[in-house]
Amino acid sequence: MEIHVTVNGTQHVSDVEPRTLLVHYIREVLGLTGTNVGCDTSSCGACSIHLDGRAAKSCTVLAVQADGSTVTTIEGMAAADGTLHPMQKAFMENHGLQCGYCTPGMVMAATSLLEDNPNLTEDDIRLGLEGNLCRCTGYHNIVKSVLAAAGK
Amino acid sequence: MIPASFDYVRAGSAAEAISLIAEYGDEAKFLAGGHSLLPMMKLRLAQPTVLVDIARVEDLSYIRDAGDHIAIGALTRHMDVEKSTVLAQHVPLLAHAAGHVGDPQVRHRGTIGGSIAHADPASDLPATTLALGATYVVQGPNGTREIRAADFYKGFLESDLAADEMITEIRVPKMNGAGWSFQKFNRRAQDWAIVGVAAWRGSNDSGVALVNMGSTPVLASSVSKALAGGASIADAAALAVTEASPSKDNNASVEYRTHLAKVLVRRALEESSK
Repeated sequence: MEIHVTVNGTQHVSDVEPRTLLVHYIREVLGLTGTNVGCDTSSCGACSIHLDGRAAKSCTVLAVQADGSTVTTIEGMAAADGTLHPMQKAFMENHGLQCGYCTPGMVMAATSLLEDNPNLTEDDIRLGLEGNLCRCTGYHNIVKSVLAAAGK
Repeated sequence: MIPASFDYVRAGSAAEAISLIAEYGDEAKFLAGGHSLLPMMKLRLAQPTVLVDIARVEDLSYIRDAGDHIAIGALTRHMDVEKSTVLAQHVPLLAHAAGHVGDPQVRHRGTIGGSIAHADPASDLPATTLALGATYVVQGPNGTREIRAADFYKGFLESDLAADEMITEIRVPKMNGAGWSFQKFNRRAQDWAIVGVAAWRGSNDSGVALVNMGSTPVLASSVSKALAGGASIADAAALAVTEASPSKDNNASVEYRTHLAKVLVRRALEESSK
């Protein structure tokens, strides 16, 4: 089936099988491998992207469901000149990552969370990131990073 | 994991969705947010050969004040239920419970109609709408009908919904300032409730429903009956499992669930009575 998807500002027209998951489309068809596959069961959040402006787990969305939509992945967060998104910068400055596997999903979920609620408290962040697992258990600095990005 | 092959068609209206389902028969399934169906398809617990995508059906995503009740379009996403100012004012229990479904990413995609049609006894919104005395509006080839939540749930993941019917609207009576509580007990973040309780209490009446305490969401009518008869909260809560038939799983034994349900119903009634 032919789909039209705008990913990180670029329009793509692709022919996909209906069962193709959005995360596989992003990684394997478009070659954007910053979005990771972790649990593949919508638990870990490593595959989080923005679908029409809201964070979603791309392992639980079919590529055909994203037809006509706008997708942002971690590759689309920094400015064209390489300037990091404030959330990426906050993660870097606050050691918000260890092995880095969960980081793209954390950044995508955290930016969406901050958009939903610009006055995030530490509790809001801990609860709001419940769908993203860090197997290094580096949560403390992740929360610190998001607080910093929120200007707290 | 990738689902087994299927054909995909997209409906532009409820009528078109129903005629497509009729055309493809028993092996076709409606796809809304996909957050119950797609995980099941990956695990081969469901293997439809055709998916009829209804997510773009116009006009089925709304939350409206309809006088004595609030009307919610079936395709309204959990996050929109959670953030609704209309629901915060008139049915705060439902808005609060919607905020406990999965995690934010899940709530951005999953729909209230999909959750109810899936009829999972461990899900938050079937039990919550049951406690609130909601009515589901269902459209099929012969028009629409209304099903009371209390008559809807028939067995594990089974409901009164025919294969060629879809939920179009959820009607939830206004709570008129009644006290309420939502108790969700689990061990891990974002998990389903080991036991959950949705409860409200007005001056003369109440509603209590249990999550994950049987093959369907359970309306604990004995509790409400006892309260109406003047029983104390502790005595009413002791009747929490009268209608329930919990089973054991990796999280809890039958005895533990039974104990937990009584404790959580008591807490819910205490909170609702403040």
